[in-house]
Amino acid sequence: MVRFLLRRLTVAILVALTVLTLSFLLTRLSGDLAISIAGPNATQQDVEMIRQAYGLNRPLAQQYLDWLVRAVQGDFGESFFFKDRVANLIAHRLPITLTLGLVGLALALVVALPLGIIAAVREGSYVDRGVMLVALIGQAMPSFWLGLILMVVLGLNLGWLPISGTGGWEYYVMPGIVLSFSAIPSLMRLTRSGMIEALSSDYIRTARAKGLSRISILVKHGFRNAAIPVVSIAAVQLGFMLGGSIVIETVFAMHGVGYLAWESISKNDFPVVQAVILVLALIYIALTLLADLLNAVLDPRLRTS
Amino acid sequence: MTALLEVQDLRVTFGGTAAVRGASLAVAKGETHCLVGESGCGKSVTSLAIMGLLARGGRREASALRFAGLEIGGLNEREMSRLRGDRMAMIFQEPMTSLNPAYTVGSQMTEVLRRHRGATRAQAVDRAAELLGRVGITAPGLRLGQFPHQLSGGLRQRVMIAMALMCDPELLIADEPTTALDVTVQAQILRLLAGLQRDLGLGILLITHDLGVVARIADRVSVMYAGEVVESAPTAELFGNPRHPYTRGLLACVPVPGKVKRGDPLGSIPGVVPRIPPGFRGCAFRDRCEYAHAECSGPIPRQQAGPGHEVLCTLALAA
Amino acid sequence: MSGAVLPGSGATRRLLRNATFVIGALIVGLVVVVAILAPWIAPYDPYAIDLGRRLVPPAWMEGGTPANWLGTDQLGRDYLSRLIYGARISLIIGVATVITSGIIGTTLGVLGGFYGGRIDDVVMFLITARLSIPVVLVALAVAGLLGTSFTLVILVLGLLLWDRFAVVARSTTMQLRTLDYVSAAWCAGSSHASVLLREILPNIATHLAVVATLEMALAILLEAALSFLGLGVPAPLPSWGLMISEAKEYMFFTPWVILVPGVALFVLVFGVNLLGDALRDMLGTDLSR
Repeated sequence: MVRFLLRRLTVAILVALTVLTLSFLLTRLSGDLAISIAGPNATQQDVEMIRQAYGLNRPLAQQYLDWLVRAVQGDFGESFFFKDRVANLIAHRLPITLTLGLVGLALALVVALPLGIIAAVREGSYVDRGVMLVALIGQAMPSFWLGLILMVVLGLNLGWLPISGTGGWEYYVMPGIVLSFSAIPSLMRLTRSGMIEALSSDYIRTARAKGLSRISILVKHGFRNAAIPVVSIAAVQLGFMLGGSIVIETVFAMHGVGYLAWESISKNDFPVVQAVILVLALIYIALTLLADLLNAVLDPRLRTS
Repeated sequence: MTALLEVQDLRVTFGGTAAVRGASLAVAKGETHCLVGESGCGKSVTSLAIMGLLARGGRREASALRFAGLEIGGLNEREMSRLRGDRMAMIFQEPMTSLNPAYTVGSQMTEVLRRHRGATRAQAVDRAAELLGRVGITAPGLRLGQFPHQLSGGLRQRVMIAMALMCDPELLIADEPTTALDVTVQAQILRLLAGLQRDLGLGILLITHDLGVVARIADRVSVMYAGEVVESAPTAELFGNPRHPYTRGLLACVPVPGKVKRGDPLGSIPGVVPRIPPGFRGCAFRDRCEYAHAECSGPIPRQQAGPGHEVLCTLALAA
Repeated sequence: MSGAVLPGSGATRRLLRNATFVIGALIVGLVVVVAILAPWIAPYDPYAIDLGRRLVPPAWMEGGTPANWLGTDQLGRDYLSRLIYGARISLIIGVATVITSGIIGTTLGVLGGFYGGRIDDVVMFLITARLSIPVVLVALAVAGLLGTSFTLVILVLGLLLWDRFAVVARSTTMQLRTLDYVSAAWCAGSSHASVLLREILPNIATHLAVVATLEMALAILLEAALSFLGLGVPAPLPSWGLMISEAKEYMFFTPWVILVPGVALFVLVFGVNLLGDALRDMLGTDLSR
């Protein structure tokens, strides 16, 4: 068990290093970063100045090592556009993105778990088919478009929620709903298939033979076992949602790290883009580790072996 | 003799397939009643139907299904769940998968008493520990805190038995409880069941295909074939004076030391249990029966072949 | 005994599976036909600007005209014509991405699943690393650096969306490797390459087809999202995502401007997903048989 987690931790660190390297290489894709930073109207002199100022005239390997050492210490350099430490910028904006992601995940679970359980209990019925249709619709929904539709309907026509911007809890509702749509189908399908498997198992028959209540049979004995894969997928889905937050934050003008990345991309502010990619990737890696850990906690067979 | 469990003309269908076709049997208070037959004859389905635990799609009908004088055929799931685990309990063939892997032995045992008797946690734990000791598990306190995967198959079946006894049931249905276990463990479990039956006055309906088991612990035996009980008699009577050709065939398949000589061919029944099409009439065994004649495709009479000895056959076979 | 099912439910299930398949095939087929026949069936040039006839509503709404059946956009271009040409973009992106990512993912997955050991460790590592990279963000960043173009979108998505192909190819290959007929081919002295190509690939193809539908749907949605954010397919190409983006300034006054391309996008992706579901159902029964 401990050895398993140690192995996963080693892989996670290696993956993190790979992503670090990739995000460094990404900014060198265009060939000459200085020209990209300087913009289309810059003179030869401006470009040369930038090259000097950012150390871009040094050998690539040296730049890489230098960047790597600093990034590991949490120093991502300075933003060209915002004139601030990149680490500061991200620290300010990350709570918004994280909150949004958690709201999205919570909404997704609230919808997906009961529907998945009901579909499993009524397997093959019209209820089941209806639930599977919901999953298909959720899968096919373009998130940014759903966001716009909600803005028109809930924001403008009904006036229930603020149309866009960053602020109190009411600003998180619409983006949260949109974000939850991306996670609902997979969570629902997994809950359903897990429950179907659990409900046909011998221990459910035992629970019925013991005369337990329906709720206890479904939730305590059935869902408890179906939940193990759902929990780990939920953690991974949260990672995907944070990665996808760039679209939703841009649609709703929420000033989280996704919006920050989008602004920085359009302003050629590469240190910020690089850092956001890295932070989101690290969060994802941490979440997969957390999923492994949760699995071990939830599954006694893993925990005690 | 008052019947603890009385089943008359039980029919179970899955879609168009009949799994049980009018089976009747009765278990008296404090009696061990064995239900025997080849695999696929409907004996497991019968036991599940009695408990109301049929798999999805199974339909049950019976002209009478009485437990301790109470007609339970018409009870709904909620009413049945009050009886199950309390007054009638069941253990299964697969001890490896019949316990929930996510909960400790203690948690799974105590919930029965808490559900049916509203016992406190402490009371339930005491009772569970007492019963684990009763079924021959040493260090019950330790076992209560363990998960099923930490126990051997034999231990798990003991836990299942102890769990079934939590509320002092009047009837215990055991569906092939020893089939999945090692031979030595099988003997221990059987001895345990016999002991419990004696000490607690429990009525046991034991489903098995093993005639050796039957000979050792049954008071009464019912033989099932293709969804019907073809013969039912006290154990000694059935072994000594079998009437139905199928029962005879079944008994001939068992080597009995002293009776069957080394080198003699062991009996066997040609053919397999047939699939019974809807609307089938007559004796289902007639295609495999050496005594089959024209009347076997008509209605089959239920004959009295002695005190407490019933047989479903057109022939009055001599002893 | 435990898995007993009503005899009728098998037939209904098959019928429903067919219904799923039929609807999905109809939707996708319709879009494909429209995309191929675009030059002949589109009523107008999708790029022809007519500033005098801007934001004309669809024919069934007040102020609409049968001349522009789905209305016109903010530059007076015919919406129906743009929609028809836009189908080409979605389909080409979808298919090209699936081919690129399918080749990458299948190669990695089959190699990992077939050889196991160190090679499999490397493949697993690549999959893990790939999954930790936020796709949309990286695609946007690349487009921001290199400039937007149709080919770039295909390349970036193709290089990023291979993970599921790899996962499925790997696990199915692993299962196959242990089967008797593969071992038999081994023993008969077949080379690695011939076992892979003749025994493994044909047998995992159906599983890969399911993944292909999922990835195609995802690629179409991602292209739309990238174009919506201004870093996908460049204007004036009639990408559905770009159409939504260009129309969103007007959506509070004339909501149909975002409704039309959005519904088109949803219906196409829905159709592709239906096909995938039908395929998966067929596979499920085949495996259990």
